[in-house]
Amino acid sequence: MSTPIIELKQVYRHFKSGREIVPVLQDINIAVKRLEFLCLVGESGCGKTTTGKIICGLLPTSQGVVEFEGADIASLRGDGYRRFRRSVQIIHQDPYASLNPTQTVADMLSYPLLRHKLAPQRRGVMQRVRELLDLVDLTPVEDFIEKYPHQLSGGQRQRVSIARALTTQPSVIVADESVSMVDVSIRIGLLQMMMDLRDRLDVTIVFITHDLALAKYFAWDGRIGVMYLGRLVEIGRTQEIIRDPQHPYTKVLLSAIPEPDPEKTRSKQHIQLRSEDIPRLTELPPGCSFHPRCPWYVQDVCDQEVPELSIPLQSGSDVEVACIPLERGSELALHGS
Amino acid sequence: MSLILPPDIVLKVDDLSIVYRTDRGDVKATANVSFELRNGQALALIGESGSGKTTISLALIRKLPKNALVTGGRILYQRNEKIKDVLELSDRQLREFRWNECAMVFQGAQNAFNPVLKIHRQFEDTAQSHGWTDKTAVRKRALSLLELVRLDPERVYDAYPHELSGGMKQRTLLALGVLLNPQIVILDEPTTALDILTQRAIIDVLNDMQRQLDFSIIFISHDLSLAAEMADHVATVYAGEIVELGAVNDIFYQSLHPYTHGLLTSVPTLEHAQDLLQSIPGSPPNLIAPPAGCKFHPRCAFADDTCSKDSPPLTDDVGGHLAACWHTDRLLASRKARV
Ligand SMILES: Nc1ncnc2c1ncn2[C@@H]1O[C@H](COP(=O)(O)OP(=O)(O)OP(=O)(O)O)[C@@H](O)[C@H]1O
Ligand SMILES: Nc1ncnc2c1ncn2[C@@H]1O[C@H](COP(=O)(O)OP(=O)(O)OP(=O)(O)O)[C@@H](O)[C@H]1O
Ligand SMILES: [Mg+2]
Ligand SMILES: [Mg+2]
Repeated sequence: MSTPIIELKQVYRHFKSGREIVPVLQDINIAVKRLEFLCLVGESGCGKTTTGKIICGLLPTSQGVVEFEGADIASLRGDGYRRFRRSVQIIHQDPYASLNPTQTVADMLSYPLLRHKLAPQRRGVMQRVRELLDLVDLTPVEDFIEKYPHQLSGGQRQRVSIARALTTQPSVIVADESVSMVDVSIRIGLLQMMMDLRDRLDVTIVFITHDLALAKYFAWDGRIGVMYLGRLVEIGRTQEIIRDPQHPYTKVLLSAIPEPDPEKTRSKQHIQLRSEDIPRLTELPPGCSFHPRCPWYVQDVCDQEVPELSIPLQSGSDVEVACIPLERGSELALHGS
Repeated sequence: MSLILPPDIVLKVDDLSIVYRTDRGDVKATANVSFELRNGQALALIGESGSGKTTISLALIRKLPKNALVTGGRILYQRNEKIKDVLELSDRQLREFRWNECAMVFQGAQNAFNPVLKIHRQFEDTAQSHGWTDKTAVRKRALSLLELVRLDPERVYDAYPHELSGGMKQRTLLALGVLLNPQIVILDEPTTALDILTQRAIIDVLNDMQRQLDFSIIFISHDLSLAAEMADHVATVYAGEIVELGAVNDIFYQSLHPYTHGLLTSVPTLEHAQDLLQSIPGSPPNLIAPPAGCKFHPRCAFADDTCSKDSPPLTDDVGGHLAACWHTDRLLASRKARV
């Protein structure tokens, strides 16, 4: 097996909030393979953006290691470090993204090219700006090159920020979709363009979203990682997870989502949670963090031991799940239901 | 007014047009919009951001911002066989109309609570401003509504807003919205920016409430799945106009307008295997100077010269399913060819 392009090993991250310590990520292990489609999903506050920032080196870990092409990024210095920072870019997919209102599209794209000396001289820079706009489908280029952000639609602004991330010729892009990103048509257009970029530019894309249907579309041939309260609870091939989710949380999520099809959505069976309250990160329950809400909770097991990701005993696939009853085989899981 | 409406129509919007006055020109946010709302039914307004959904709903309760101007149309409201035009209500009648007859829960309204007042004060104040001063009775009704939205009634009634999560606040607002037993409830993006499981809880609660309290709903959403799940009828809004209107199954399984079709083919599903999705090219028009003819024509695969010249009327082709398109036949043919 080839070296993963990015690997997180036992990554923890906490923040201080007043006198409290907030554990935002716990024991995250992910190996991102070169050119795979990987999607991180989960509800608000589960730690997706924090994971994205850690992947890009924008945020240090509190514990654990991040490797880029096999090298611990904490050990990178000088050129090596600069190369890593250029190679791994994050795009916040927010329609109200902060593009500098006083800069034209050409300014925004040429600045990083000049700063990192990525294009020879003035003429080379403009040539490259045109190529970038062409890559993100802002064509004809002439219509966009001199525009200011307020003259662009939300979707067009998004394309400009993608083009800006591409100036440094990254090999990994973390695309972090915010909840405020609402227009379906624009979202799909952007996603398709990024999927295209993978093939044209050899970039690996990690897509972060709260929308499982969109995750399914993006990572159909790749993997999905489901996060809950700072931990990965299930990770594996998208098609398996969508068809036959293993972790109770993933099952509940998939059953809860309405479908854009009146008959299907109205006949869908919803799994009821034991509790709708989401625990606060500062008051995480002992054992499995999902146990107070889990419909298959097993007393004296789930509230005692913290489950780790593993392939369940009875499983015919390689999907990893963090659930003790599942891990121990069907007897306990049945007993619990 | 010698008006007659069928008895099951609670609201009839007739040829409504609204502009926003701005320095750069008039924003034509609502253009000749007409629709009806039937007793006990849920109507969804769907469309992209900026298409004018919120503007329509604000007009219904006359809460438009100051720079808005209603340039034409009527909003007829019927209760007990009495019909009134909302646009002609006096200030006093209007106050009564809002909440008593037609309550609205605004977009992003989780932040609408006054942070220094406990929830019970907000219920009491609302009741009081409509002449209901018996606190014990208000409390009794409030607690039963909080229970209906599946909250712990006593705890929530005595809480400050910041003690509640986003989903709890949204449910409390729904309870507050129906406190005075309105006939119509307008919900602007009721689940947007909420988590999946919270969205599910809100949808279930809304269904329960509607079944038990028997009101009509107008809800606005960019989320087609929500419309599929909750609506009886769906209206597609594009550039300030209703371009398609019909029963929910007609809209989802047999759309007649290329824009609705485009929206539907751009949403991923969980049910199907790999989706074949297609985004709608281009972006929504500038509403200060919208395109001539059909406003969708610059983005439409079926458009021809007619479309750029003449604006298609919203017509009824097949019993109650209306679309504003010159080339519905082309859409149908292309869909048939693909199957
Ligand atoms: N700098 C910080 N200081 C304190 N807490 C933080 C900080 N950054 C994030 N958090 C907390 O960490 C948790 C995870 O945040 P994160 O932004 O990673 O979530 P997310 O999964 O991206 O959520 P969303 O879907 O809402 O974007 C949240 O509870 C958040 O409040
Ligand atoms: N006070 C205002 N002054 C000027 N223009 C306005 C005002 N309010 C809204 N508009 C414009 O009117 C149009 C319709 O806006 P509206 O808020 O009704 O859309 P919407 O469909 O609710 O959008 P969203 O999904 O983003 O909430 C938009 O072009 C918007 O920019
Ligand atoms: Mg985030
Ligand atoms: Mg709106």
